[in-house]
Amino acid sequence: MDNLQILFAAPVFSLQLLIDGILIGAVFALAAYGMALVWGVMKIINFAQGEFVILGGFLLYALKEAGLHPFLGVPVAAAALFVIGWVIYRIAIVRVIEKDLFISILATFGIAILLQQLMNQVFGADVQTVEAGLGTWFLMDGQVTVLQIKVVSFFIAMVLGVILALFLKKTRLGQAIRATAQHYRAAQILGVDTDRVYAITFALNAAICGAAGALVSMIWVIQPFMGLAYTIRSFMIVIVAGLGNVIGVALAGLGLGAAENFAGFILGAEFQAAFIFSLLVVILLWRNFRLSLKREYLE
Amino acid sequence: MNGNSRRILLYGGIGVLALAAPWLMTAYRTQLAFLWVMILLALTWDLVGGQMGYASFGNIVFFGVGMYSTAVIQRNLHYGLEEYAHVAGRVESLSSGEYLTGLGLGMAVGAVAAVVIALILGICILAMGMRGPYFGICTLGLGVAAGEIASGWEYVGAGSGMVTPVFPEGLGERAIFFYFIFFFLTVVTFITLRRLYAGRFGLVINAIRDDEDKAEAMGIRTTRYKITAWCVSAFFLSLTGGAAGHLIGFIDPTEVAFAGPTFGVWMILMAILGGKGTLWGPVIGAVIFHVTQEVFWTYLFGWQRVALGAFIVAIVVFFPQGLMGWAQDRWPERFGHWVEEKALADTPGGEGA
Repeated sequence: MDNLQILFAAPVFSLQLLIDGILIGAVFALAAYGMALVWGVMKIINFAQGEFVILGGFLLYALKEAGLHPFLGVPVAAAALFVIGWVIYRIAIVRVIEKDLFISILATFGIAILLQQLMNQVFGADVQTVEAGLGTWFLMDGQVTVLQIKVVSFFIAMVLGVILALFLKKTRLGQAIRATAQHYRAAQILGVDTDRVYAITFALNAAICGAAGALVSMIWVIQPFMGLAYTIRSFMIVIVAGLGNVIGVALAGLGLGAAENFAGFILGAEFQAAFIFSLLVVILLWRNFRLSLKREYLE
Repeated sequence: MNGNSRRILLYGGIGVLALAAPWLMTAYRTQLAFLWVMILLALTWDLVGGQMGYASFGNIVFFGVGMYSTAVIQRNLHYGLEEYAHVAGRVESLSSGEYLTGLGLGMAVGAVAAVVIALILGICILAMGMRGPYFGICTLGLGVAAGEIASGWEYVGAGSGMVTPVFPEGLGERAIFFYFIFFFLTVVTFITLRRLYAGRFGLVINAIRDDEDKAEAMGIRTTRYKITAWCVSAFFLSLTGGAAGHLIGFIDPTEVAFAGPTFGVWMILMAILGGKGTLWGPVIGAVIFHVTQEVFWTYLFGWQRVALGAFIVAIVVFFPQGLMGWAQDRWPERFGHWVEEKALADTPGGEGA
């Protein structure tokens, strides 16, 4: 708890943590938006979410090694993940979509393990990062430093989120996706090919994760076994914000980023992961407690 | 032949085979001991996840608690913290008696600790009425958080884990010793579960699985049964963990003790593969899974974990009803009161199997 005193002694340091946290939180919010999309439309909680993120990061890493500029690599990684998501949907997800949530969670968890091991085999178990080649801003006489790449990725994440929201709102395909989310049978009667909508939704989510992961690899580090934390972050954000609440997802994402950054500093970096997973338990217990007062439960 | 003598034949056959196995397959003694660990994991998971329908993704917590408690008791009983640090965990000088006292006492303490934790968690989670996938995800968070906390906690060795004492020479071969500990534990667990499932307890937890609201409306105190079931599961799982820690010899916080992506998921998969919600399903599933895993390890060097991941997806996606569920669909008329034994006897040579 010594670090807590540092925060009181030097309030400007809190500003540093806050800025870093919020900038990273935008990426969490982007991945969470994808999870909410799949959850709302397909009624599947995708536990391979984090692995899609990490895979996107590793693809960007590979593209960078091949000589592509990192920012050009982001759309390529997203496109590659779109294809991978489509294939995974066709092979596995299509068979569990009608089953209960337990089976689909377990199936996506299995896919997560498979992807982890594949990445471990292909890219190695080392921690990697992609150098984007941008500089640093020094604010307040150099007491607060802001990496430019974090700001850039913050705006990329936000713009992607807005584009996605507009896509769902305005285009025919987006309307078909929302119609399927509301009532898939009614959508079918009205001529929507729901199977195709599901495939596109799942692939789109994978692409969003791929873009988020590419950003993560530039602002942070990636490692084949780091995925679960991203899945849990996305899940928490969706649970707090609720399905279909874009603004809520964005705010919860930024809040989580900031909270995590403060916790990591105060408790020590070795407890940051413990904080995320404990927070998940606390949030679930709290939500459940609020509902139990009304004689309801989470479903 | 009636049901009773079939049953005696089956149990007798398995018993004889189990007692002889370490000498029939001398090269695989450690793997055979682990086979019983796997069966125990699947059986204890199925009590809550299969029979009661509360699919927990974090039962591994109790496994790890048992493992750590046993190791800590073993350490504190014979060595101070200072001395342990001094020998860097290489505790070599324990006599057979000291080793056994430490192991026994440690497992007992671990079991009590696990039951207390299950009770507290049960009051926080189950008594509040958390259900379905949220229960699963909440327990998943618990399992991972426990591992992360253990890797930051100096008293239990933090990220570098703990080393259990070297097995004393006076007790014979280590693999055989633990083989029989796990065999005994499995027999006790199996008999306990069999008794529980056969009576009111089994009916109640099945009713909770089928429709909890109706069961409650019928006047059953569902919360008590739910917590009791979780405690029973935690009790046996903790004993398994305590002995498994000593068999493995090295306790890593996230890879061994709270190994969510391996043991934690495998216990669910083994129960599903065999058929969750049946007595024999987890046992059969564990045997098949363990053998498959060992085959992968032997023949697919380097890619074994990838193959295992694919196997896991394949089980859940293509075979979620499990062997027992499949057998029940295939021969519904043969499933009388002694469902499980019959299916087991029929599976290998059955028509079209």
